[in-house]
Amino acid sequence: MSKHVLLIEDEPNIIEAISFILSRDGLAVETHSDGTTANEKLRGARPDLLILDVMLPGKSGYDILRELRADPATAALPVLMLTARGQTRDREMAEREGVSAFMSKPFANSEMLDTVRALLNGVPEEAPGKP
Amino acid sequence: MPRDTLTGSRIRERRTILGLKQADLARQAGISASYLNLIEHNRRRIGGKLLLDLAEILKVEPSMLTEGAEAALIASLREAASTTRGSTAELDRVDEFAGRFPGWARLLSEARGRIETLERSVETLSDRLAHDPQLAEALHEMLSTVTAIRSAASILNEPEAIDPEWQRRFHRNIHEDSARLAESSRSLVSYLEAEGKAASESGTPQEEVTALFEAEGYHFPDLEAGQLPEALAAELEEDLSDSARVLLRRALCTYAEDAAALPLPQVLAAVGEDGADPLALLRRFGCDPARAMRRLAALPGDAPCGPVGLAICDASGALTFRKPLPEFPIPRFGADCPLWPLFPALSRPMTVLSRRVQFAGRQGGAVRAFAVAQPAGMPQANRDPIFEAHMMFTPEGPARGGEETELVGVTCRICARAGCPARREPSLLGDAAERGA
Repeated sequence: MSKHVLLIEDEPNIIEAISFILSRDGLAVETHSDGTTANEKLRGARPDLLILDVMLPGKSGYDILRELRADPATAALPVLMLTARGQTRDREMAEREGVSAFMSKPFANSEMLDTVRALLNGVPEEAPGKP
Repeated sequence: MPRDTLTGSRIRERRTILGLKQADLARQAGISASYLNLIEHNRRRIGGKLLLDLAEILKVEPSMLTEGAEAALIASLREAASTTRGSTAELDRVDEFAGRFPGWARLLSEARGRIETLERSVETLSDRLAHDPQLAEALHEMLSTVTAIRSAASILNEPEAIDPEWQRRFHRNIHEDSARLAESSRSLVSYLEAEGKAASESGTPQEEVTALFEAEGYHFPDLEAGQLPEALAAELEEDLSDSARVLLRRALCTYAEDAAALPLPQVLAAVGEDGADPLALLRRFGCDPARAMRRLAALPGDAPCGPVGLAICDASGALTFRKPLPEFPIPRFGADCPLWPLFPALSRPMTVLSRRVQFAGRQGGAVRAFAVAQPAGMPQANRDPIFEAHMMFTPEGPARGGEETELVGVTCRICARAGCPARREPSLLGDAAERGA
């Protein structure tokens, strides 16, 4: 059975590109664009991995992450965070909220694939998202 | 004043410059050479006729011998030396330097001031990079677009065959995104250009308005005559940045309201009788103490009550208005002295404080300061008021019976007060440090 990835991102063309490369790699990709309803979507979708953008309409990625970590059903879910600001401060905030890996935009497709594979295989990312 | 003991050094200095022998100078002044020697080594105080005689022989103003170069210049040189890490400037000879090379000393002090202004601009700009939401938004937009382009482009660039339908889609996406990127980079550039102009060398918008008020003598006859503040602002604001224009309008509106409530002829008549007393003024007009203080500080320069200074700060202690007096300097940058009545007023809202205040290490030049903290703006239901403190000050003669004089500073670094309970950092003035302040 193919692994299931939920992508929460609001930029349509990024959604299309990520969906394409992950699907081609044999993953089932589901997407969602609204921050406010992200956690409900997550509870329904029960993915194996969540890719979460930081800047979302309605609610920030950090808040979504905090809530999902507080929920026993999703507390252990691997989460890859995407941000357009690779600043240390953002990274620290994400790590404090319990992110599994962190990647700053723009990223290379291969980087994205490697990180996703590693997270799905349960390998903790050593240096989350090289700068 | 801790430094006035150097009169002798200045006499020696001046004599050497003129190439006069000690004995010759002593003879001309009618004193013994050994006595002159003691004077020149600052071991005898000198004043009166002998000082005048020596000044005349040395062809200088007597004050050049007693005061040397201006205190402000020396303070700024000390500041320059101390804020430069690893400086090896001879702090103990700063008077000598300023006295011997006044031109170079002033140049150094002006250069220091300019560096400070530029440092402020840099700080403002980097703050802007880190915190400006519009800039963050624009950069985010650009990075997102670049991300989408990069992903799509590298998919197309892969050697593996891609379904023609997908290929078309990614081509279209790249096309759209590159147009978006062009647009967002253009608007980013024009935004940065506009901002660059705004962050001119005049420093903060507050500074610009302060400079304008100073240039106008803190008094606006047109507003006193009933001109609309918006109209006057439009005349005066030409050289100001956009932010400063907003502040100027606000300041002039307050001025106009104050002037309407307390008309100039009546206020001038009142201060003719009471002097610059905000409490007497508010008893006559029934206004609040802050307005009375602002009004007194806005009188024309020849008002019968003499010069009136004013400082206004918000509840965080940041100064929002400053009208210094020679007796009460207010630094442009940096932290002020927490002992100014302005700041204690914030912890005693609505109480009008009246204190006799003097700058530590100065002879004379005491001021009478009144301060009050009161809410800025109208009360709102269930909202804590935002307080604002006003401090008004006027030069004052000798202390009246029994009243204590509060010794304050401009800022810790150049303050001579020993054993100060409010000291934040050691003073650069050797004397105060020696006394264990």
